[in-house]
Amino acid sequence: MQDRRLAEADRLRLIVVLLTAFFACLFYAATAVLVAGLAVKMLGYARTPAPLKIPTTPAPATRGGVVLRILREVTLFASLFGANKWIWLFGWIFHVALALVLLRHLRYFTQPVWGVVEIAQPFGVYAGFAMLAGLAGLWARRFLVERIRYISTYSDHLMLALLAAIAASGLAMKYLSHTDIVALKAFMLGLMAFDWQPLPAHPVLLVHLALVAALMAVFPASKLLHAPGVFFSPGLNQADDSRERRHVTRWAQG
Amino acid sequence: MAAPDVLAPALKQYPVIPILQRGAMAASKPYAASDKMNEALGFPGKLVDDWQAKAIGKMGELLGKYRSFKVYLDACVHCGACTDKCHYFLGTGDPKNMPVARQDLVRKVYRRYFTLAGKVFPKLVGAEDLTESVLDDWYKYFNQCSECRRCSVYCPYGIDTAEITMAAKEIMDSIGMGQKYTNEIIGKVHKLGNNLGLPGPALRNTLETMEEEVKEDTGLDVRFPVDEQGAEVLVVVPSADFFAEPHVYSLIGYAKVFHAAGIRWTFSSHASEAGNFGLFIGNYEQMRKIAVRVREAALELGVKRIVVGECGHAWRVAYSFWNTLIGPFDWLDARYPVPQHICELTYDLIRRGAIQFDREKNDHRVVTFHDSCNVARGSGMGGIPGGQFILPREIIRAACNHFHDMAPETIRQHTFCCGGGGGLLTDELLDLRVKGALPRMEALKQVVDAYGVNFMAAICAICKAQFSKVLPYYKFDMEMIGGVHQLVGDAIRLGRND
Ligand code: SF4
Ligand code: SF4
Repeated sequence: MQDRRLAEADRLRLIVVLLTAFFACLFYAATAVLVAGLAVKMLGYARTPAPLKIPTTPAPATRGGVVLRILREVTLFASLFGANKWIWLFGWIFHVALALVLLRHLRYFTQPVWGVVEIAQPFGVYAGFAMLAGLAGLWARRFLVERIRYISTYSDHLMLALLAAIAASGLAMKYLSHTDIVALKAFMLGLMAFDWQPLPAHPVLLVHLALVAALMAVFPASKLLHAPGVFFSPGLNQADDSRERRHVTRWAQG
Repeated sequence: MAAPDVLAPALKQYPVIPILQRGAMAASKPYAASDKMNEALGFPGKLVDDWQAKAIGKMGELLGKYRSFKVYLDACVHCGACTDKCHYFLGTGDPKNMPVARQDLVRKVYRRYFTLAGKVFPKLVGAEDLTESVLDDWYKYFNQCSECRRCSVYCPYGIDTAEITMAAKEIMDSIGMGQKYTNEIIGKVHKLGNNLGLPGPALRNTLETMEEEVKEDTGLDVRFPVDEQGAEVLVVVPSADFFAEPHVYSLIGYAKVFHAAGIRWTFSSHASEAGNFGLFIGNYEQMRKIAVRVREAALELGVKRIVVGECGHAWRVAYSFWNTLIGPFDWLDARYPVPQHICELTYDLIRRGAIQFDREKNDHRVVTFHDSCNVARGSGMGGIPGGQFILPREIIRAACNHFHDMAPETIRQHTFCCGGGGGLLTDELLDLRVKGALPRMEALKQVVDAYGVNFMAAICAICKAQFSKVLPYYKFDMEMIGGVHQLVGDAIRLGRND
């Protein structure tokens, strides 16, 4: 009897060790793919010349104006607001909620936890629901609006599914099936210090983490590239000063 | 190929987004350029044998040369915000005329050959081989984009379908799939200095006749000089201004402005064209070669300023690209913008009181203004934000008593293309052009009904030619369209400005 219990405990311990090792490696790999992939992509963008001045109207006349413009685009989605209020509403809700949720999650990576992260905790929970709502709205449009149905690819649906599953599994841990977040935090801090700590073998948590790793890995090979892309878009990042300042790039010398 | 039937859609009271009509415009395509036309520009005469490999190679080259092309192909999230912004989609309902769907024609090939996801999971990410039928779609649907940039205004990443269209056209040219209308015209500019193929002596004749006509009209010696050494200003205009109607009335307007202001100016027979179709085919080298003629002419004539006439895409090239292509301009008078738009010049003279108007001479007109896409979304004026919208309207107000704008969502940066820009102003595409004009025609109808508008001013030769042709399909008088300097020319005070 005693032996059986011991054996059981050993098996559990072994599972935890294996899980810990697996997820640690998974996250190292996913991070490596994310960072290296984004670096390659962004370097590629930066190295490619923009030979002609093609700012999108209405364009600011100065560099400072360009900074403001991009800020307005990435925080308020100003152009999208002018284009389509529904897409704006769902898209904006989703992104703001995502930002809050990410901020909230920083508590697993910082010790002591930063002040802003503390403040964001209560909002972060509601943001999880808002995120799901935004995703649902965006997804519904892919089915209901004929034009958007026409342009949607399988990967567009899959990306929404992935994000929704991440949000749902996260909320499930908050409301349905709690996990040991103290141990989780130890695991995360350990990951960053290359000093592995056991990962709680909680099924919902494992799903949640696996999906996040998948998202990180596909980031540089998917339309999520819109995130760095918005900063490199010549339409948005060029100033309307072609007559005042001669714009010359590598291959295009007058 | 017989010209397709031309069908004008009914004008609706309120614009509605059409339901998709797959393949509605699948029969629309322009004539192919002849071997000779293609070869004159250094392109292969006809479709090369290994076109697929060549096209992919060219795409790779462009991905390395144009950040716009590279970033725009990656960054689109298929949000759909642009789907109802293109006049060709609104007029035809063909889903491939939705800007993002148009981009996707290239994007799916890009994904297949240049991205990991597309190489491994083509079906999943909508990647596709460059097959004959894909290429066929390219030729059709990139010749249904007027490169008007309206879609870019609404895209959260500023993705400009015109950049994709230009790249696609450049790829097609490089494998021998040139389009007749654009490539024939570019050949003419290289040879004779203008899109119409008007040789120097003919140009001189035309202008002499014009001098006589204006003399008969006004009793004054309003001059139309060509190749005059020592003139202060070189004026470069779209060659349609030399003889097409209503364009020529604007030309008379420019001449009267210079006359009234006492500025010495000249045309050049070497650079008798402001238009630059190199832009339309997305070819940097062609665009530069055409622009260089202006620089050469200005240097040879020893002018101090360069002024560009009423031509939309010409002004985009001049304002946004000349400094890059043929600058620097440190040898010109730095007190004036280089290049300067004729509207900037006229506006400046108005403000200084150097020219005056008898506005009642335009009282038979109720005027509205059509913002031409390349002016609105590819340039500026007056060095002030939105100057390209303000200056022409201020000039119209100075010269006319009755002016009404069209609906705000159809003007300024939101303006709808006339339907004939981007190298599509050719008869075999008339059905497309008529349908593409629908959103503008609907906006026009509103002000016609509400205010009795009977004149739509524009500052673009393509807009003028296009509207002259399509207005009758919508039961409007073709003479409703004209130039801003036509209004100026009709009301400006001559001979007694002291
Ligand atoms: S550039 Fe103009 S014509 Fe081309 S897709 Fe965009 S809106 Fe349509
Ligand atoms: S608005 Fe921009 S991101 Fe959205 S579908 Fe159109 S091109 Fe793509």
